[in-house]
Amino acid sequence: MSLSTWPSGPGGRTAPSRRALAAASLAATALLLGACGTGGGSTADGTSPGPTAEPVPGGNLTFAVTVDSHCIDPQQVGNNDAIASARQTVASLTAQDPDTGEILPWLAESWEVDADATSFTFTLREGPTFADGTPIDAAAVKTNFDKIVELGAAASLGSAYLVGYEGTTVVDPRTVRVDFSAPSAQFLQASSTFSLGLLSPASAALSVEDRCAGKFVGSGPFAVKSYTFDQEVVLEKVAGYDWASGADDHTGEAYLDTVTVKFVPEASVRTGSLLSGQIDATAAISTVDLPQFDGNGFWLAYRANPGVVFNLFPNESRPLAADPAVRQAISKGIDREEIAATLLTPQDEPATSALSHSTPLWADVSDDLAYDPDGAEELLDDAGWVKGADGVRVKDGQRLSTTVTFWQVAEPLELVQQQLAKIGVDLQLKQVTVAESTELKKSGDFDFDYYNLTRSDPDVLRTIFSANARNINKRAPEEVDVLLDRSAASTDPAERQELVTQAARLLVQEGHAIPVYELSTTIAAADTVHGLGFEASTRLDFYGAWVQQD
Amino acid sequence: MGRYIARRLGQGGFVLWAAFTISFFLLYVLPSDAASIKAAGADGDLSDPELVARLRAEQGLDRPVLVQYAHGLWGALHLDFGRSFSSGAPATKLLAEALPPTLQLTALALGLALAGGAALALASTYPRARWLRHTLTSLPALGISLPTFWVGLLLLQWFSFELRLFPAMGNEGFESLVLPAFTLAIPASAAFAQVLSRSLRQTLAEPYVETARAKGAGRARVHFGHALRNASIPALTVLGVTVGGLLAGAVVTETVFSRAGVGRLTVTAVNQQDVPVVQAIVVFSAVVFVVVTLLVDLLYPVLDPRITTRQPSAAA
Repeated sequence: MSLSTWPSGPGGRTAPSRRALAAASLAATALLLGACGTGGGSTADGTSPGPTAEPVPGGNLTFAVTVDSHCIDPQQVGNNDAIASARQTVASLTAQDPDTGEILPWLAESWEVDADATSFTFTLREGPTFADGTPIDAAAVKTNFDKIVELGAAASLGSAYLVGYEGTTVVDPRTVRVDFSAPSAQFLQASSTFSLGLLSPASAALSVEDRCAGKFVGSGPFAVKSYTFDQEVVLEKVAGYDWASGADDHTGEAYLDTVTVKFVPEASVRTGSLLSGQIDATAAISTVDLPQFDGNGFWLAYRANPGVVFNLFPNESRPLAADPAVRQAISKGIDREEIAATLLTPQDEPATSALSHSTPLWADVSDDLAYDPDGAEELLDDAGWVKGADGVRVKDGQRLSTTVTFWQVAEPLELVQQQLAKIGVDLQLKQVTVAESTELKKSGDFDFDYYNLTRSDPDVLRTIFSANARNINKRAPEEVDVLLDRSAASTDPAERQELVTQAARLLVQEGHAIPVYELSTTIAAADTVHGLGFEASTRLDFYGAWVQQD
Repeated sequence: MGRYIARRLGQGGFVLWAAFTISFFLLYVLPSDAASIKAAGADGDLSDPELVARLRAEQGLDRPVLVQYAHGLWGALHLDFGRSFSSGAPATKLLAEALPPTLQLTALALGLALAGGAALALASTYPRARWLRHTLTSLPALGISLPTFWVGLLLLQWFSFELRLFPAMGNEGFESLVLPAFTLAIPASAAFAQVLSRSLRQTLAEPYVETARAKGAGRARVHFGHALRNASIPALTVLGVTVGGLLAGAVVTETVFSRAGVGRLTVTAVNQQDVPVVQAIVVFSAVVFVVVTLLVDLLYPVLDPRITTRQPSAAA
């Protein structure tokens, strides 16, 4: 029963961890016991999604998201709620396997990368067209990438992927070459993202207003039928779509006729609406409400967001965070298992590296992240930090008191605060608005920053930590930066794996990264919904979804 | 009368200018700005400072604050508040599109508030049974103290999630209007009922009511024919404030009921520091307030000829 409540399709392909499997079998036992105790109920009535069920085309799926940022242009949007709609409207040059991270064909049937990862040549598939019937050719690819660079910060994700972009060359109608001024191994994965998804050349000429309002012509399995601000986006399937990616489970048109994405700001209203059948699914159920959707006519599917996990990022231009002993002690003083066990859903996992386990080239360095309060105290004792009367350590008259700035939910950090108090570190929590947080990142006026970053390529580690890139730690270049920068130029997967693993381990050991836990996205859906799942970047994928018709 | 209206319009103009100016500088002193917010992604922000600076320049956010202010004010005088930073659409167009659903909502809520408030006020003064009057008199205080947010969720829980009589979200059809309108009407009707019932009680104690009774007027005739009209002056004053309160209440109500409208537009615009949109909404709300207050003032003499709109100096 329990395994059959996991959805078929892409969601079911996510590799559940041991924890999750344990949770699933526990749930199964509980359900079986429950079924025995109550003498039946709705368990084996055939409505729960089974892996053997045949997809039925047609119908509508209503999906709730939280806020409308008044733009669904795939090349401009950066927030998950807008991405839920935008991802469906474009196809990308490549696709990424959610399990292995392997890059697979989509609009491009093959590609070549030169030795130093500065030049990428794609051979386009014969046949794909934009939703209005114009063929997807090399010139269209060039128009798109040029436009994204022109949009600049308005296309923040896309332009970050195209840093160092020198230009796109149309070799012939089906061959296109993208050149960079510096090694950019991450670009191959970036070509699989919705941010570099293709819109028709005519759409590039549209005003920002029209693009945001969904008047663009895309290349994906769905097209925007209507978009009413703060209310809903209606997507309809594109007739004749026949260029499924290598990561998809089926070919041809999408199963659903329409997808209605509703903007529902209130968490309790999303819960009530799903329970009462007014929506079919959502990825925004609050943690406390999730258990009621585990069975009882509903199913849950989750996936850890790839990329950098929730981390404390020390600002090493500040005296306290500049002390390696302090950083390392803080990392040792955090009991990640306790945070995951007491505060988070069974779906959230403690960090095992600076990268989450769903990121390609992730490697487990959790032996360097073990809870070790004695080791932490020893480090601080040796560094001359002596416990004062109030339990907080002092050295040369300075208290070991520092501040973390964040806008996310406070509970995990409140627990971190309590854990660190035990080793004599006073961590003050400063919760700010998103806007203030953006401003603080820019000004660098913080002791510790705290966030996560979703990206299905390990290059995100370099982008954030390298002293030659964002340099979140505000520190001088050192050994780890050589590894990080070399990883950007490496096209050999084995070599890149080695560089990324070494870099991740060094970042954790030096306390440049203090990982806490992995963010995950959880879909809650009615049993009538099948095949709804995640693509490699943990974005929702409606292509394989279908609903049971009555 | 003409001079009076001219003077009131002058005051109204000042209110609009003040609303525009205060909201502009409040948004300006907030940390960050629309360009940074647009460039920041969902979680951690990877935006390139140089590109953000370019976006800021494109949107005119790099100009000195007084130049931005003067430019904004000049535009506002021509009813052009500029384009939304987040969607690129003209702010006035966004407001115009969000207005009809909010007008429907507030109009229905106002109707319910007036009917419900008046009924409650009459019911709490009319019956002979003292305990009944006392019970009904205490209801408005309860209605005012209930948080709109909580009332909305409670109504949703009963009538949408359990009984499934009304949709929990959206703007489609009259049925989607019912629960939000009731939610919005409860505090408004309570305020209206409280003022009207107190005023009714005072009026009923006046000597002319005694005279009417002595002349043999029935209970109903005294209540409805003699007292209600005189008692409605303070309630009319409250009504002016109520309309403003309904607009403010739309922010919460539209959020709870996932309705598109001016309230939701306000929330989004403030979060994104979308100055043009916020300013269009602020000025619009100020216009509504000014107009309603003026109408209320003009209605006083109609209800009670002893009240005059002429200034004392003009009367002398």
